[in-house]
Amino acid sequence: MATVRFTANLQRHLAVPECAVDAGTVRSALDSVFRDHPRLRSYVLDDQGRVRQHVAIFVDGTQIRDRQALSDPVATHSEIYVIQALSGG
Amino acid sequence: MTSILVATRKGLIHVEQQGGRWQPTQTAFLAEPVSMCFADHRDGSWYAALRLGHFGPKLHRSRDRGRSWQEIAVPAFAATDTSDNTDTGDKPPSVDMIWALESGGADRPGVLWAGTLPGALFRSEDSGDSWQLNRALWDMPARKEWNGGGYDLPGIHSIAVDPRDSRCLTVAISTGGIWHSSDEGRSWAHRTQGMRAAYMPPELAFEPNAQDPHRLVACPAHPDRVWVQHHNGIFRSDDAGVQWHELDHVEPSSFGFAVAVHPTDPDTAWFVPAVKDECRVPVGQRLVVTRTRDGGKHFTSLNNGLPQQHCFDLIYRHGLDVDSNGQRLVMGSTTGNLWLSEDQGDSWMMVAGHFPPIYAVRFI
Repeated sequence: MATVRFTANLQRHLAVPECAVDAGTVRSALDSVFRDHPRLRSYVLDDQGRVRQHVAIFVDGTQIRDRQALSDPVATHSEIYVIQALSGG
Repeated sequence: MTSILVATRKGLIHVEQQGGRWQPTQTAFLAEPVSMCFADHRDGSWYAALRLGHFGPKLHRSRDRGRSWQEIAVPAFAATDTSDNTDTGDKPPSVDMIWALESGGADRPGVLWAGTLPGALFRSEDSGDSWQLNRALWDMPARKEWNGGGYDLPGIHSIAVDPRDSRCLTVAISTGGIWHSSDEGRSWAHRTQGMRAAYMPPELAFEPNAQDPHRLVACPAHPDRVWVQHHNGIFRSDDAGVQWHELDHVEPSSFGFAVAVHPTDPDTAWFVPAVKDECRVPVGQRLVVTRTRDGGKHFTSLNNGLPQQHCFDLIYRHGLDVDSNGQRLVMGSTTGNLWLSEDQGDSWMMVAGHFPPIYAVRFI
């Protein structure tokens, strides 16, 4: 199972537990988390399902390339971090 | 008792009169940007629109005068709305900020209108539990001619619902002119006749979509009287925006953002001038409020209690409000100062001098 962790700064707004997911891409990993935490979606993704401009996502230490379709691959034991980009202030 | 909501860069501040003094009594959403607030007189609900730096726009509602808040649905585009992308580059649209929140009318309980960046209008019929994009306005070909005004994206900042007929509403857009609907948003027509855009090439100066109304307000008791603080002047309409008249003799300046109109006297309105668009500070760095009592024939410059030197304060478009009696005014600045007047602007007292930049003030 891959692990998805969210910046603690999101805890200011809503509860965001660490999640273990079975997924092949970042999109499917996040969708799996959003199924249990539907409010979280709009904090991470915009109206069109893109990663918000000032949110960054890393998979095993590498920032994802596809911020639109989130097609970057996720391995069985990947660690995914969803954090705030400092461009957002 | 009257109190004030102050939407700021770092929270929503409730200001109340206690022991004869106006003072902040609680802050909600501490350190979060609050782009707009609204108190619904129909059911007592309060609304706070957040523009989180990382996590996007959010909307919260309180049923107990700010003691507790509940996150509710935020206006959003459907993921399939890819038909027109001119105002977001090549990208399909996503709501960036809520810039206007208003009641749908006394006879429309639960109906709310929201204006956003990009320039879209949303309607809720359930007090914000869900929102629907107004497609008629969004799908207008003319919308492609709108541009950013103050922000990269065009935005709807003023929504005036006619108290005589809730089907009639007028919206103002920076920068996209003024649009009117008489059928509750099913169809729209521009209303900028008489407006002039000094910043455009001469042949486009009267182009409806080029007009930049910074703020539009209609007199509640006489809704045909509408006032606009425009990017390059002050305009008045006596027929609900069908024809506009420019008031070009306003001293010390007719440049500004905010305007407030007396609730029952349509001839009385207040403005807060700055030098000009490329010099957004008070004229001579002396802060004044200008007031007309005769429909714009004459203006009086009011400065009693306001800083008269070294002043940098700018009053944003939602930074000035008048109460339901027309006596009391409140004004909040980009520098985080909040002033209140109990005598229609003749004199002002400072309520706070260390607030964050103030985006909106509203009497409750």
